[in-house]
Amino acid sequence: MIEFLSQPWPWWVAGPLIGLVVPVLLLFGARKFGISSSLKHLCAAGCGSKKPKFFDYDWRREGLWNLAFVAGLVGGGALAFGVLGAGGETGISAATWSDLAALGIERQAGPAPREVFGWDRLWTWAGGVSLIVGGLALGFGARWGGGCTSGHAITGLANRQWPSLVAVLGFFAGGLAVTHFVLPLLLGGGVDG
Amino acid sequence: MADSTSKPDRALPSFLELVGYAAIGAGFALLLAKSEAISWFRIQEMFRFQSFHMYGLLGSAVLTAGVSLHLLKRSGARARNGERIEIEDKEGTPGMVRYWAGGTLFGIGWGLLGACPGPLYTLVGGGVTVYLVALVAALAGTFLYGLVKDRLPH
Repeated sequence: MIEFLSQPWPWWVAGPLIGLVVPVLLLFGARKFGISSSLKHLCAAGCGSKKPKFFDYDWRREGLWNLAFVAGLVGGGALAFGVLGAGGETGISAATWSDLAALGIERQAGPAPREVFGWDRLWTWAGGVSLIVGGLALGFGARWGGGCTSGHAITGLANRQWPSLVAVLGFFAGGLAVTHFVLPLLLGGGVDG
Repeated sequence: MADSTSKPDRALPSFLELVGYAAIGAGFALLLAKSEAISWFRIQEMFRFQSFHMYGLLGSAVLTAGVSLHLLKRSGARARNGERIEIEDKEGTPGMVRYWAGGTLFGIGWGLLGACPGPLYTLVGGGVTVYLVALVAALAGTFLYGLVKDRLPH
């Protein structure tokens, strides 16, 4: 059993189960699946008495459940990496390895390339831009667009919301632009710190 | 995730309920981690259309979520705490600036990080602590949006 659980799980096992998080949250407490809202609730919780209007709401009633949910994500991450062998050898395609090699990324285990992501890489162009600009865009874009992968791509599409389809097309437009135009500049052009 | 419209009659969750939400979150994190949805490499593979893995993962998740939503709505089921199960429609029209512009900006972040918010929390929990920098930056981005919201087209 542990042997099986320690292997990467195929998409046709994990995907359907991921989708079931939506009805489980609804049945458990009538809550709508979404993760980036936790960032908004954290802002609301961390603001003092003089908060911008966007964060002026009862974050405990609206968002405490969501903060417990993301705390569970952190704990689940520890369990997955610590006990179930996540973050090891990845099964991506040979074509992707070859594309990445052209960008100076070696074949390796782990969830993110050590050439870019690491405390010692934070002050390189690639590492700093990826984490800081990437994080800013993720947080700002999620609120402007009204959702992230969980709220739009899973819940919104499952609920047949046209705005969510537009947002998901936007997710891909942005991701494709970064992958094909920005990463080659950031990684491949000998840009290093 | 979408902005929740205010439900003033929401009860404050009990401690046990919070433990329940955390447990569901932990289960979700296991699925993200073990299906490699948290992997920068998998996201690269997806944006290069070199494997069906991420598309199968997202597609099958949408399918089971959609079928469950359909069944829940049709059966008129209520949540364990007695609240009615409803998912409000996304506000406005699909043509609104916010959906394509906000969505594209989010996608730029997704592409740069190789992770969206769920995987960020999972990676930090898994000990890849440098992603804390991304989480703090995402908080800053969220706060910045709150400051300039009224001056942006939506």
